[in-house]
Amino acid sequence: MSIFGVLGFTTPWLLLGLLALPILWVLLRSVPPAPTRRRFPGVALLLRLKDDDMQADKTPWWLLLLRALVVASLIIGLAGPILNPAPVSDNGSDLLVVMEGSWADAPDWAEQKQEALRVAERAENSGRKVAFLQLTAPGSAVVFSAALLAQRQIQTAEPKAWRPEGDVLGFISELEDFDSYWMASSLDWPERTELVSELLAHGELRVSLSQTPTMGLLPIIVTAQGVEVHAIRLNAGQAVQVRVDLIGLDPSGVERRLQSIPLAFEADALRASQASEVPQEMRNRISRIVLAGHRSAAAVRLADDRIKRPEIAILSGEIAGREGLTLLSPDHYLTQALAPMADLIGGTLEDVLLANPDTIVLADVAKIGVKAALVDWVRQGGTLVRFAGPRLAAQSFNSIEDDPLLPVKLRAGGRTVGGAMSWGAPKGLQAFEVDTPFYGLPTPDEVSVTAQVLAEPSPDLAAHVIARLSDGTPLVTRKTLGQGQVVLFHVTANADWSNLPISGLFVSMLERLSVIGSSGNFEQQALAGTTWQLVQDLDGFGALKTVGDRAGLDGQILAASKIAAETPAGVYQGGERRWARNILGQDSVLTPATWPGAVRLVGQAVAKPKMLGAGFLSAALVMLAVDILAALWIAGKLRGKVMGTLACILIAGSSVEDVVAQTAEALAIQATRDVVLAYVKTGDAGQDEISRAGLTGLSLALNQRTSIEPVSPMGLALGTDELAFYPFIYWPITLGQSGPNADELRKLNRYIKGGGMILFDTRDSEIAQYGESTKEGRLLQKIAAGLNLPPIAPISQDHVLTRSFYLLQGFPGRSSRGTVWVEAPQSAGEVIEGMPFRNLNDGVTPVVIGGNDWAAAWAVDPVGQPLLPVGRGLSGERQREIALRFGINLIMHVLTGNYKSDQVHVPELLKRLGE
Amino acid sequence: MIPHAPLNDALELASEWPQLLAQAQRLAHSFALGGHGRRRAGAGDIFWQFRPAQAGDSLRAIDWRRSARADDQFVRENEWQAAQSVQFWVDTSASMYFASEGSSKHFRAAMLALAVGVLLSDAGEKIGSSDGLLPAKPGRAQIPALAQVFSRISDDDFGTPQTDDLKPHSLAVFVSDFFGDFAKLERAVTSAADQQIAGALLMVLDPQEVNFPFAGRTLFESMSGGLRYESQKADGLRAKYRSALQDRQAALASLAQSVGWQFQCHTTDQPASAGLMWLYQALECRR
Repeated sequence: MSIFGVLGFTTPWLLLGLLALPILWVLLRSVPPAPTRRRFPGVALLLRLKDDDMQADKTPWWLLLLRALVVASLIIGLAGPILNPAPVSDNGSDLLVVMEGSWADAPDWAEQKQEALRVAERAENSGRKVAFLQLTAPGSAVVFSAALLAQRQIQTAEPKAWRPEGDVLGFISELEDFDSYWMASSLDWPERTELVSELLAHGELRVSLSQTPTMGLLPIIVTAQGVEVHAIRLNAGQAVQVRVDLIGLDPSGVERRLQSIPLAFEADALRASQASEVPQEMRNRISRIVLAGHRSAAAVRLADDRIKRPEIAILSGEIAGREGLTLLSPDHYLTQALAPMADLIGGTLEDVLLANPDTIVLADVAKIGVKAALVDWVRQGGTLVRFAGPRLAAQSFNSIEDDPLLPVKLRAGGRTVGGAMSWGAPKGLQAFEVDTPFYGLPTPDEVSVTAQVLAEPSPDLAAHVIARLSDGTPLVTRKTLGQGQVVLFHVTANADWSNLPISGLFVSMLERLSVIGSSGNFEQQALAGTTWQLVQDLDGFGALKTVGDRAGLDGQILAASKIAAETPAGVYQGGERRWARNILGQDSVLTPATWPGAVRLVGQAVAKPKMLGAGFLSAALVMLAVDILAALWIAGKLRGKVMGTLACILIAGSSVEDVVAQTAEALAIQATRDVVLAYVKTGDAGQDEISRAGLTGLSLALNQRTSIEPVSPMGLALGTDELAFYPFIYWPITLGQSGPNADELRKLNRYIKGGGMILFDTRDSEIAQYGESTKEGRLLQKIAAGLNLPPIAPISQDHVLTRSFYLLQGFPGRSSRGTVWVEAPQSAGEVIEGMPFRNLNDGVTPVVIGGNDWAAAWAVDPVGQPLLPVGRGLSGERQREIALRFGINLIMHVLTGNYKSDQVHVPELLKRLGE
Repeated sequence: MIPHAPLNDALELASEWPQLLAQAQRLAHSFALGGHGRRRAGAGDIFWQFRPAQAGDSLRAIDWRRSARADDQFVRENEWQAAQSVQFWVDTSASMYFASEGSSKHFRAAMLALAVGVLLSDAGEKIGSSDGLLPAKPGRAQIPALAQVFSRISDDDFGTPQTDDLKPHSLAVFVSDFFGDFAKLERAVTSAADQQIAGALLMVLDPQEVNFPFAGRTLFESMSGGLRYESQKADGLRAKYRSALQDRQAALASLAQSVGWQFQCHTTDQPASAGLMWLYQALECRR
């Protein structure tokens, strides 16, 4: 192949043929178009004339030009021109097909795959070895082999929900020289430039850039009224409208789109956000939000506990009348801590239980009125958080049995440490133990406790303690009750006894207890000591897949690691909590990739080479057709009808079908203007000719003897011709015929139903060999099987066919022995005394079936003489005459119906007239 | 369906016309009964005179009703009525079988001749062919025989009328395209006229032969291919061809006029009845 600019040729030496064009020009110029030969008697007068213009006619220049163009297009077309030819590397080195396969490639993954396959195939065709490398899922090594292997790898490659890593650099640098073809997204990623320079060091690098816009969703911000969605895109430049769908379970438990939020990027903005009101109850059901129309992992944002706002009821044992002392109120800090993350409800305990909150916080409440109802609520999954206080401490716990709403049995009174009137310093916190929910949380030094309620020592006390003071006394105890839990903070909810409620640790502790959703991000510190297991992971297209059992990951490490193969995006489960790790974080920035000048950039859209050969060849064909017309026109053969037809076809745009339709219309008019007998074309030319001649003979006889004056008979092709125009169809059965197809059967049935008659002629005179029926008979059975025929019976001696014109006893054709079958009489009327005929008022029989080869008996030559011999001598002629009479009776019967049958009434009518 | 022949069309065409008594200024002496009264007693159907019976008259010849009114016996005599002979020549040469569309010239020519023949024979005239193949006879039976004669196909490109067996004092009808040798035609017509034969020349042409609708480089051939003429620009030839045709028609007209015949040109795209009308008037007896 050789390439000239954007045009290449597969067989360029063929273009040498263009040199022959001038020779062709000269040749064509000297040979005028051939004359038209015309028969013309007036030539006698012409002979005496002299033609002035006797000199040889030259081919007109435009015709010459046309023909030269035809040949030129042929030559160029055969030379195999290719627009935008794919250049072939001459070094023939191996080819590495690189695909990034990150979430940014997901939208046009199919195109990238196609191109990769194409590249691999092209390399295969030029005998190069191919290897495939997906940067997000690199294999252990790059092995150059037959393209088949690479193609198989490409076929099965899927984009991943993380960005490529630079860890392939190691083994690439060890390879020999090769060329690379890189399917790149427009997104930059770390270590990309290093990989580029590494590949460039090995050989040529071509990069096919994706043109799809890259867009992603940023974290959702939950507000009091609803949510605020944020999106980011790679390239600013034009204003774009996108739609964000909130997807979750509807009240019936089916996942569906709950709400759509339109999001508009300003022309020069990279980020867009939109707040939308979402009802609380609906927001808690959101499982993920997606950027509609973007099929990539970044366009999906999984929701977790963070989006939820639990309902928390806070009740305190505060006595009315102390409103002024806000900061001393037992629930002030609780309200402050919980209000941003939860919806707080208040009221009496009875009312609160009706609202079925997620959590009830009792701040220093000793007497619970509806204890049984509260216990039931906890058993069904509620979390009861209690805080100690003077009232709780003052309560006497004298009962022997445990209070179900306290995790541990409390000693009355409580204790005070480090106060003015007590020994010792305020106590700090002990580090959280391993199997407590608070494990991993830092224990700040500044937190101190000055007073607490104490637990009654008991064997199971240690199991219930989840946080201790430095002296080992319980600070927080917990007990599960049914599906719920009861948690007791042994300090007050205000700062009276401890400064714990005003520390950051307090919020973290509440978080760990699942009392409130994780506030903000999963902070690294807040996650210390937790273990998370991946339950659903996100693929590159943004689809969520449930994964099998995975090893748990340390929360701190997980929070620190980015989205990668080991720590993929998805939903993680840690105890009660769900953590959704998404592609983009709040501060993510999408940077467009830049490529060094040494890289050959190929746009995916324009990389396709286009074969132009077919275009040139068809142009040559079209010009040839024009040339034919022009030559005809020059020769004067293009006029009148030809011109008209061509104009019809070419200019009016009417197709050949119209012409066919016109001739069909002319045929229909011809068939309906006069009575026309028709025969079925069997495909056997001899039989068709006999059928035609036979019906011609019958038409002649009808013309001569009756008032029926049929014109020339017509042959019918069942498939194409309309049958309704013909009252009578003669159908000879020849062995070459196949049965009618479904379409033709429908046509025939409609014809029979519409009152037509078919004369089936097996032409075998029922000479059967070794069996019950002849071959033709069997074929007829096959044909008639699909026809909607009434019952048939051998013709009776008083059938109307015996007297519709001539009085007949037999129905001979060329042979006379066969039985003739017609429609069976519908009611076998009885012979009435004095009546010559039975009273049969049946309709015209739709079929007459026989084997007497009638057409052969009727057949005449163009002069009107019988075509085929019938019988011998005079008796033969008599038989022919009877055959003709049968034909006449038949046509009479077809056209007049049972008119003659009505003659049975004549004797009766005459009798009545006489009276 | 029915074999297509000029005869059928001719019968159909003639069926709407009155019978045609041919002109006969001078009738040949013949004993054939015809429609032309000779103004003397003789064989015929029309009463001519009563004359006194003479010796020699048979008793059966005496008209007894007339004789009963007088003393003498009278014989009833009818007018001698003779038939005129009309002899046809329909050109059967190859050129007559040319047809640009529709029926050929020969078809039209034979049809017109037969139609006139039907009308003539209905009037009792004798019809026959001019070449002696079919002597003129009265009666409808001549018609199919005449059709038979017309249907022979000659190998020659152009035809010339045969006048050897023409009966003197008869009528002759020549139907042809008259593209043949004009001198021969002239000889034939003048020799016929010498035998006191009146007649008509009917030129039957195809529309293409009148209009010459050709263009471009064209090789014209006669029907048998014997004659050829090549033109580089057929459309430029049109005017010349037309004037040549007009010359030929003028020559034919003047020839006809010189011998007291009639001449007319008829094209196949005209209705056949126009040709029949002209022939009828040309042959009609205007006494």
